[in-house]
Amino acid sequence: MLDHILSILVFFPALAALLGFVVHKDSMRSYGVAVAAIEFALALWLWFAFDNNVSGMQFMETIALIPTFGINYIVGVDGISLFIIILASFFTMIGIASLTDTKDVKNMIITLLFLQMTMVGVFVALDAMVFYVFWELSLVPMLYIIGAWGGPLRIYASVKFFLYTFAGSLVMLVGMLFMAYFYYQATGQWSFAILDWYRLILPESFQLWLFVAFFIGFAIKVPMFPFHTWLPYAHGQAPTIGSVILAAILLKMGTYAFIRFSLPLFPDASVFFMFPIAILAIIMIIYTAMVAYAQKDIKQVVAYSSVSHMGVIIIGTFALNVEGISGSIFLMIAHGVVSGALFLLVGVIYDRRHTKLMSEFGGLASVMPRFATIFGIMMMASVGMPLTINFVGEFLSLLGFYQQSHILTLLAGIAIIVGAIYMLAAYKKMFFGEVTKEENKNLPDVNKRELIALVPLVIITIWLGIYPKPVLGPINTSVEAVVQLMHEKAITEEAKSRIPSLDIIINKASAKEVQ
Amino acid sequence: MLSPVNVSIESLNLMTLVPMLIPIVGALLILVVDMFKSEQDKSMYVMLSLLVLSIDFAFLLESAGIFEQNGTVMGVFDVMLIDGLAILSQFIIVGASILFIPLALTKKRFHEFAYPEFFALFLFMIAGFQFMVATDNLILIFVGLETASLALYTLIAMHNRNKSFEAAVKYFTMGALAAGFYSFGSMVFYALTGSVEINQIASVLAANNYADIGFVLIAVVFMLASFGFKLSMVPFHTWTPDVYEGSSAALAGYMSIVPKIAAFVVAMRLFEFLIHSGVVWLEVILYIGVVVTMTMANIWALVQNDVKRMLAYSSISHAGFVMAAILIGTTQSNSALFLYWILFSFTNLGSFSMLWISRQKNLPKGQSSDHSYDKFAGLVKTSPIAASIMALFMLSLAGIPPFALFWGKMYMISSAVTGGYTVLALIMALNSAVAGYYYLKLIVYMFMKEPVVGLAGDVSAVNATLSLKTIIGIATIGTIFAFLALNQLLEFVTVFVYNSGY
Repeated sequence: MLDHILSILVFFPALAALLGFVVHKDSMRSYGVAVAAIEFALALWLWFAFDNNVSGMQFMETIALIPTFGINYIVGVDGISLFIIILASFFTMIGIASLTDTKDVKNMIITLLFLQMTMVGVFVALDAMVFYVFWELSLVPMLYIIGAWGGPLRIYASVKFFLYTFAGSLVMLVGMLFMAYFYYQATGQWSFAILDWYRLILPESFQLWLFVAFFIGFAIKVPMFPFHTWLPYAHGQAPTIGSVILAAILLKMGTYAFIRFSLPLFPDASVFFMFPIAILAIIMIIYTAMVAYAQKDIKQVVAYSSVSHMGVIIIGTFALNVEGISGSIFLMIAHGVVSGALFLLVGVIYDRRHTKLMSEFGGLASVMPRFATIFGIMMMASVGMPLTINFVGEFLSLLGFYQQSHILTLLAGIAIIVGAIYMLAAYKKMFFGEVTKEENKNLPDVNKRELIALVPLVIITIWLGIYPKPVLGPINTSVEAVVQLMHEKAITEEAKSRIPSLDIIINKASAKEVQ
Repeated sequence: MLSPVNVSIESLNLMTLVPMLIPIVGALLILVVDMFKSEQDKSMYVMLSLLVLSIDFAFLLESAGIFEQNGTVMGVFDVMLIDGLAILSQFIIVGASILFIPLALTKKRFHEFAYPEFFALFLFMIAGFQFMVATDNLILIFVGLETASLALYTLIAMHNRNKSFEAAVKYFTMGALAAGFYSFGSMVFYALTGSVEINQIASVLAANNYADIGFVLIAVVFMLASFGFKLSMVPFHTWTPDVYEGSSAALAGYMSIVPKIAAFVVAMRLFEFLIHSGVVWLEVILYIGVVVTMTMANIWALVQNDVKRMLAYSSISHAGFVMAAILIGTTQSNSALFLYWILFSFTNLGSFSMLWISRQKNLPKGQSSDHSYDKFAGLVKTSPIAASIMALFMLSLAGIPPFALFWGKMYMISSAVTGGYTVLALIMALNSAVAGYYYLKLIVYMFMKEPVVGLAGDVSAVNATLSLKTIIGIATIGTIFAFLALNQLLEFVTVFVYNSGY
């Protein structure tokens, strides 16, 4: 049974979506929640059956697809992808559960279920072409969600989102084809299997070019400065559910792909580009924080803050050591939970007032105390307060990068603290002070359905903030293997010294101080 | 006194002619039937053509079997050349024709299908294309080309609208010019080498080490111009959108597939040896031609207001994309060409058929053209299945995996990578992104806009009958599940191309 759990996880939502065409539209929401709950249960079962002590791939499946050209359906899961899969199924579930009065709810839920297939598919794929298939396919449901249910500029936003990402991934496709060709030259056989590619040691010059090709695809998805311009439009126009899924899961595809592809395939190039990328990431953190401060629309604030935190994930990833990478993966989960929750919260207030302008609110804390509390907790988590989920990830990411550069880490750290200003300012504008607008005086507090979605997120935020080990353990085991692989594959001296070998990791840290 | 000519009938290998003769006999049969009893229903002619084409397809399977065992077969004074390219392209020609001909069974009565001559000409045209690909004799290529083209001009004109006449005359004039170029180019080759057979020309030119490179280049220029017209390469493409607009959607879809594969095969036979013998100039010209055709056609397609015109420009762009295979000139790229075109046939014929089933008999008031974007606005509200299928074809044309055309694109770009054309690979990839915009535009209209008030309402299936829906169903299944058949297809195509020496 568990031999095929990953395929079931991928294709069960798709099958459910196909059958969903038959379901009557009044019963559609219940159907969607039921399907998503089953999927979430399956994902939890996967976690339960997952062996924490194994660093490699588990539950692998291989089906020949186009063996002549080395394309096979290969899926597997390790500590890096496990929790993102659980996160994806979790957010689909609460997303559908919290779906408020939407027109064409049936189309929406079918689309969401297809989207879930592509999301899970991306994170379990171990063949580059299968990965690419799901990666591209995920654009289509999102295009439809933004374009059909979005705000006034929805068509512009959705097409921009689609074309931007599509163009980036086509460059990545060329890079993948090159990788497969190099593998063919080295072994005489075509292969797109990622685990096969891991064994390939490329000369540094090739690594640099291929790194850039992959980087363009991933960086647009993350989105990294200066490729981020599609995101504010997408978030600004998307319906709540679209923003939630986009921020919580879809953006993680980019950062996940960095760890799955860029780092182990091109260790020397990763070291070569470490500082430029770190500088880009710091610009991203500071710049988007400043932009967020200038926003009038609460959703844009959350959107820009989400971009800002993606910068920390990138910094952690390119620390190229166990602390940094584990921290960045943990922060991916944390960011998913927190920014997903914040978008849900914005959705709650939007449903009541049909405006997202902060100037329209004020003093909400007295009208909607429960809402203000949950929003407050999530906002604190977002700015990285200790004992919340974000803190663990941010701390580890920065700790990792501290070993590579003290100055840059300091800059990033300050930027995060300064970044807290806009969040607190936004919170103040919305929740404190007198209730100035007449319409706000009788706003109902969060109702039961919204609580069902929000309370678990609050619990996760605090639970994993206090005790992150259940999640961090498996991540750590797999990341250690990745870092060790990178160290062994690295060609240049620079890379060998930057990427620690695990058996000398303690000496390494002290050796750096001496330099 | 001349000695009597002695040719044994076996050495002629007349079996090589059979696949071409079948449609000719079928066409004559249709004419004979008409002579005895005219005014038959079109369904009879459609089924008759379908049967003839099926027999043709069966014989092709047989010659494919022979090729797998014995390799290339020559026949009829070595004029016929049945190699892997000939067989593969005939499969595409006949296969696409089988998918096309049931499209004549529309619900609305269209004037051209009432004539038995339509079907006779159609079969003659197929025979012409088959001759064109199954020879390396420049004269027979010319004969095949002209037979097919003349029949095609007539088919377009039979659609009986002012625009159709304009299209047919335009196509005819351009075609005549191309034919002139072609014969002039062949003449120069003949003058240089004393032969009209491409492999003879190649060996003679190689033997004297391309001494007369100036004349070779002149011949190549004329040949390029002529095939530029046939393949609608920029800047010889100007006829394409108008001709597609003038002809019926079904025929336009057919024209974007079958005449082009025939021209591709001839271009492959002719240009491949020139590129491989180091005619750098040709390589440069082809490179520019490929890039300009892809890019410009994409940019023009962006600004079209009519779906059919958009698809016309898109098919120009696809032709430019595939032309890259001839430039790259490896076994992988040539296999990619056939793979691409097989997958393209399904998708493109499918999308043109979707236009065809929504074709109103007369243009209603307020609608700017037969297939304007407005007509499809909000289609998902009125007819979700039609909208989904159309969107599927658009996504496939844009190259979204796992739909059919993505695999062709992927393999083609991969062949550019392996062939050492890195920049070209990037240009091809980015062009797919540009193309994404105009395919999305239709999806945006169908899924994200409200229906335009004042138009006739849901017309997505006004022209549909069971047989049209069947064809669309086949195209849909082919588009979605292409990846399941891909391995066999790839192996089959590669073996055939490789064993033909390309």
